[in-house]
Amino acid sequence: MGERRFHPETLAVHAGQIPDAATGARALPIYQTTSFVFDSAEHAAALFNAQTFGNIYSRLSNPTVAALEERVAALEGGRAAVATASGMAAESLALMTLLKAGDHVVAASALYGGTFTMLAVDLARFGIDCSFVDARDPQAFAAAMRPNTRAVFAESLGNPSLVVLDIAAVAEVAHAHGVPLIIDNTVPSPALCNPIAHGADIVIHSATKYLGGHGTTLAGVVVESGRFPWDNGKFPGMTEPSAGYHGIRFYETFGDFGYTMRCRLEGLRVHGAALSPMSAWQILQGVETLHLRMERHGANALSVANFLRDDPRVAWVNYPGLDDHPQHTLMKRQMKNASGLLAFGLKGGLDQGVRFIESVHFLSHLVNIGDTRTLVSHPASTTHRQLDGSQQRAAGVTPDMVRLSVGIEHIEDILWDIDQALCKAVS
Amino acid sequence: MTDPVPPSDADLRALLRECRTLAVVGLSADWNRPSHFAAKYMQQHGYRIIPVNPRYAGQPILGETCVSSLDDVREPVDIVDVFRRTEDVLPLARSAVAIGAKCLWQQLGVKNLEADALVREAAMASVMDRCVKIEHARLFGGLNWAGVNTGVLSSRRGGG
Repeated sequence: MGERRFHPETLAVHAGQIPDAATGARALPIYQTTSFVFDSAEHAAALFNAQTFGNIYSRLSNPTVAALEERVAALEGGRAAVATASGMAAESLALMTLLKAGDHVVAASALYGGTFTMLAVDLARFGIDCSFVDARDPQAFAAAMRPNTRAVFAESLGNPSLVVLDIAAVAEVAHAHGVPLIIDNTVPSPALCNPIAHGADIVIHSATKYLGGHGTTLAGVVVESGRFPWDNGKFPGMTEPSAGYHGIRFYETFGDFGYTMRCRLEGLRVHGAALSPMSAWQILQGVETLHLRMERHGANALSVANFLRDDPRVAWVNYPGLDDHPQHTLMKRQMKNASGLLAFGLKGGLDQGVRFIESVHFLSHLVNIGDTRTLVSHPASTTHRQLDGSQQRAAGVTPDMVRLSVGIEHIEDILWDIDQALCKAVS
Repeated sequence: MTDPVPPSDADLRALLRECRTLAVVGLSADWNRPSHFAAKYMQQHGYRIIPVNPRYAGQPILGETCVSSLDDVREPVDIVDVFRRTEDVLPLARSAVAIGAKCLWQQLGVKNLEADALVREAAMASVMDRCVKIEHARLFGGLNWAGVNTGVLSSRRGGG
């Protein structure tokens, strides 16, 4: 008899957390401790050498954080995961582990503003170049590849452009060049889209968003598929003795979770953006209901998109869940629904948009997404403010764009608030 | 030759509970080689390790005297744990049968299907392309602390 393949809804509740061996506690204990005692000097040495599995110090690993790591790995169909203090910490850990000065990245231009800045400004400061391409065109990724390209990076569903990436097509491009495809899957969450199933090699989450789901806690996760052939000659850091961790060869020693171990023992150990156990616990409370919330986020967002499309005060609506959206078919192929994010512009443009944002009653004007609450923001002046006009256009941000992260309140109340704010905005 | 069905988690648990002595073929004396990692881990978890490597014959590795080949082992062996190239495994499988071992375990990246078929024919257990240390830690705890997707779901204390 083969092993039972559990459904995502079951994994969301159980994966990574069996009852505590010491106490029998059914819910996840919060191991709020910096450090763990050694049984002997030899045990300590074996742990530091990574010859035995165990906990040393919570910057490297912690049992509560590990439950979150395994659960997200299971939900994504990945081999292993490492959690970080925020989504941006996850992105920098994933990239800094792979890249060195002289390397090159091909990235979608439709990215969250902070990610764009990291790739365009911060990594450039360390001698890593990045080419930005249209995420809707897999051939644009192929055309931008160079001999020194070492990673392809994109969001599965762009924030706030809502560009849907053809993950399988871009994975093919990356693999033809022997480099991994790294996908930020924050906006769909693993409940709606699993990039590894479409060929992605590394998946990143800002768990702050839908995974946590309640707007309380920052966290990030890097998931490894376990399928990338790190011994193809392009990644000596995976195959040669590690200068950063006393000569371990990560791929040879840990095989299909060697990249995760390298992230942990090199990047997390040295750069230190570890997740606190309390935060991991809070995120996990959200993960248990992820699949329920994502159904409602998607259903409510579709209702809001239909309402806005039919409203004469609205100039345009961008939501891949609308059947006339140019990428609707691709979205349906890759995602269970189009998630809770949508963007629109009002007739009259920026001034009306600002008045709309200032007129909402219970919708919250802030720059998070993936909360239970409906959130509204103006990307051009907030999340993408650091980008110039042409960079904003490439990221899919227009001056008049209003972004909604549709929550799980009653749909009639959400539509009531949008309608009354529209009345004030265009009066 | 098609791949045989891999052992279930229950089979592997039973195997690793029942077996206590591992002859580790190709065990390196270098502390940072994967074979040394795995053998040291198993030793720390209560298993007897018998080093098998002509390069170190007569010398101690992990406190045990290394022998030149499986044929030189003078005590019962449960698992023959192979850290060798795939093409070198078949003669080891024959020796494993000859010395009455219960299992041929081919490590990560080692997958000799002929050897697998040969030991199954002899009613031995067979594991391919897996690390004995990683599987032990996956099923009995430890690997979960490294954020690895163990596939273990359970409502029993400690997962047992």
